[in-house]
Amino acid sequence: MSIMGTRVVRVEDPVFLTRGATYTDDLTDERLSGALHLTLVRSPIAHATITSIDVEAAREAPGVVAVLTGADIDLPAPLLFGGAPKQMVRPWLATERVRFVGEPVAAVLTEERYQGPDAAELVDVDYEPLPAVVDVREALKDENLLFPDAGTNTCSVYNKEDPDPDFFADCEVVVTREIINQRVAAASLETRAASAVWGDDGRCTLFVSNQNAQGARDEVAGWLGVDASQIHVILPDVGGGFGAKIGADPEFALVAWLARHTGRPVRWSESRSENMTGMVQGRDQRQTITIGGSRDGRVKAYRLDVIADAGAYPRLGVFLPVFTRMMAPGTYDIEKVDSRATVVVTNTTSTAAYRGAGRPEATSAIERAMDLFAAEIGMDPAEVRKINVVAPEKFPFTTKGGVEYDSGEYAKAIDLALEASDYATLREVQKARRERGDAKQIGIGVSSYVEITGGGAFVENASVEVHADGTALVWTGTSPHGQGHATAWAMLASEQLGIPVEKITVRHGDTDHVPEGGGTMGSRSLQTGGVAVHQASLELIDLAKQRAAEILEASVEDLEVDTTNAAIVVRGAPGSPTVTFAQLAEREELKVKTVWDGKKATFPFGSHVAVVEVDTETGKVTVERIWAVDDAGPVLNPLLCEGQRHGGIAQGIAQAMLEEVVFDPDGQPLTATFADYGFPSAAELPSFDLVTMETPTPINPLGFKGIGEAGTIGSAPAVQSAVVDALAHLGIRHIDMPTTPLRVWEAIQDAVKEDG
Amino acid sequence: MIPVGFEYARPDSVDGALALLAEHGDDATIMAGGHSLLPVMKLRLAAPELIVDIGRLRELNYIRVDGDEVAIGAGTRHHDVEVSDVLAAEVPLLPAVARTVGDPQVRHRGTLGGSLAHGDPASDLPAAVLALDATIVLRSPRGERTVPATEFWTGVFTTAKEPDELIVEIRVPRTGSAGWAYEKFTRRANDWAIVAVAVVDGRVGLVNMGSTPLRASATEAALAEGRSIADAAALAGEGTEPPTDTAGTPEYRRNLARVLTRRALETAAGR
Repeated sequence: MSIMGTRVVRVEDPVFLTRGATYTDDLTDERLSGALHLTLVRSPIAHATITSIDVEAAREAPGVVAVLTGADIDLPAPLLFGGAPKQMVRPWLATERVRFVGEPVAAVLTEERYQGPDAAELVDVDYEPLPAVVDVREALKDENLLFPDAGTNTCSVYNKEDPDPDFFADCEVVVTREIINQRVAAASLETRAASAVWGDDGRCTLFVSNQNAQGARDEVAGWLGVDASQIHVILPDVGGGFGAKIGADPEFALVAWLARHTGRPVRWSESRSENMTGMVQGRDQRQTITIGGSRDGRVKAYRLDVIADAGAYPRLGVFLPVFTRMMAPGTYDIEKVDSRATVVVTNTTSTAAYRGAGRPEATSAIERAMDLFAAEIGMDPAEVRKINVVAPEKFPFTTKGGVEYDSGEYAKAIDLALEASDYATLREVQKARRERGDAKQIGIGVSSYVEITGGGAFVENASVEVHADGTALVWTGTSPHGQGHATAWAMLASEQLGIPVEKITVRHGDTDHVPEGGGTMGSRSLQTGGVAVHQASLELIDLAKQRAAEILEASVEDLEVDTTNAAIVVRGAPGSPTVTFAQLAEREELKVKTVWDGKKATFPFGSHVAVVEVDTETGKVTVERIWAVDDAGPVLNPLLCEGQRHGGIAQGIAQAMLEEVVFDPDGQPLTATFADYGFPSAAELPSFDLVTMETPTPINPLGFKGIGEAGTIGSAPAVQSAVVDALAHLGIRHIDMPTTPLRVWEAIQDAVKEDG
Repeated sequence: MIPVGFEYARPDSVDGALALLAEHGDDATIMAGGHSLLPVMKLRLAAPELIVDIGRLRELNYIRVDGDEVAIGAGTRHHDVEVSDVLAAEVPLLPAVARTVGDPQVRHRGTLGGSLAHGDPASDLPAAVLALDATIVLRSPRGERTVPATEFWTGVFTTAKEPDELIVEIRVPRTGSAGWAYEKFTRRANDWAIVAVAVVDGRVGLVNMGSTPLRASATEAALAEGRSIADAAALAGEGTEPPTDTAGTPEYRRNLARVLTRRALETAAGR
């Protein structure tokens, strides 16, 4: 019986639920014995010149081994994103100017960890405050420059062509609106951490919390100016990343440099307060959407103008508008699509990937545009979507964003969601409440989405080895941090080899064992790493057959796998001699290493329907129900898949109604603790209604697409739309995320005033 | 997230705690559950030289009927308030309010006396105690005195308690079958209230509407005059100076006070 598509319980969990995980900060690895502890002195001011740094008192504090400033570090300051102006480098420790609250200014090394914060308080830094640039429109003016040498705050412009003034000329109806896709914090429960030790062989062993060991190795090596082979990155258990742990943080290289400089191992783990200002944040786009079409519901032209906030030092966030532009038209077959994006630096935390990374921004924009268009022409928003989605017979479909969608049935996904939610009845309930004038109104939101998974990183490595005791070992270049790859990859190998899942060990995150790998990000793992394990298993069978042919005295073509016994047998010859994989491994190492190249991205899609209740007297939004169709092709393990969808939907709802990183006009973060930052608990979320739909991709033999980010991308616009819909009878057409009670209440007050 | 170093003492009696307070004055800070104190210490916003831990003093942990009042030991945990049969029968508002504090972990550590002494205007229990017209019993080497809840809070995080005093008891009038309700408005289940309203027997306590817990006196007066719930509730924001933060403006908080007061009074009237 096939194991594919079955609910195999996570093999990871017994350890996590009993002994607990071993995160970087928990390591008791003896290579780290005698380690110094790094405490970073961080800027309390968003924008200032540093007039002096006095570290003498700190050097005298108990347990202090060294206190360093930027002047002590002999490495060139790195440019954290290659495409940004070369002046926008981030100093290892700021010496002349600080550009965001939380920027490292001095490094304190102590014998014991608790001594660090006391000594750090004694570092005396004089700051001469400069005007802070917090708003992207202010940044665009170039009046206050973060990097005077660069001569501008703009770090990237995508599409420099002037917009065509006649773009919407043939449209009966045109609607335009500025909307905000707010900044959010990944807030992974494990904060950032790194530990480094240099061996007598001149190599550095670097333990970090990250989503990609190989990428982190290459970046750190580059920054330190050493060959990548000199850095051995090991990832212990990783407590969540959500995109923010893609790529190395400069702190990692600093830890490695300090370990080399002092000749002792160095450990670093940040506090939650440091994490909420120091770790990269996500989203943060100011968008202007313009949509045009005819009153029969047909959309003809769509324009998306983006100003994105890179934060103080350009990182991956500078690139993400590329994804936003690619996915601008969403699921819709629109004749004319135009987009442009400008990315600026501000005196805030740097931005980078966050679950969806550029695609949710595109989806939220086009979905708001569809709602605005529907409202303008007085048509049901679900109907408008169905009129405009790409028809199933058009796949593979090349969009006006220049992207080839592999497979999809978008209207069917919308229909499934509408049917599951009994949409018509919901509208009747809504109508009745409006007629009664209830204080608590309901709103219904529909989203249709498509996204890119495995974008840009199509290649992945895997090795499978069977041992003489009948167990198997899988090494993967992907890098799970909660997703369940140990279970899923074991299922893929088990399916082909017949070795039970419990006898298969999956390992990852060690660059000496897997020198090449793309890590886990962009919902890429199953369609690249999983397919690589599948391919490696097939190649291992080929190798086993060649060896078995001799033993069994049969030709390779006549051999097949008996998955009940994990053996090679002669086809159609019951009772004839067989040889197990274990027996073959006893004679000679039985191992293959393979590289899978999918060559293309895949495009999962779906549709969500959300119902919210809005208390019009207080502005409070409660998500009552959400029905989600998330089609990422065939499902390997429904339990894991549902887990990804649940987490994703929760994160999307959170962006829609709760989460926002806020800075005051001076660049001071107002949401740097979990008391202030609104991430949700189960109590704020409904149970999720998941609807099944599986459309395979032709890109890989198993038809898999990625599911990691889909839920987030579908749920945020559905919930936001539902909130607006609940208040549509007051003339409200849009409320920015997060739809907090305050913001919703103020929108109602404004609407009532205008009406009055 | 590592506090400044401090000395720690765990006296085995109230008298022992009082002696330490008398000796160390302002340098000593009392810790009961620690769920308000420790976070601010970890953020280095507070750096007491001496912590006097009274969290294990069983003599401060009791709930008993005493004449027209219920006497509650200052060290009584929120959880114990929440599940008390005595309070459920005699002062049903209090268990209902305790149930909304933080999360189960907080409620198993936090104490009633600690919450009142901390004096956070966004806390639930001070406003409830205020609406209940309770009395706070303070003890020091100089003796014992009582302060009405209406005079206990003097400003943001400041109270009428002297540095050498310890809250030992809270005396709450038995409200029995009088109508009561607690309306707490939060973004997330375990957040502090953006605004909350405690109603009992025609008295109204407001959470997070100023620098201290407040009574909605205009509303209470209107109710006493026999005006309608809607009319009385409309006055709930009068005389308040609510704070501004990311969750709300003063205008928004006044609106919440009106809406929540109306709802609480309606619920109380139905009980």
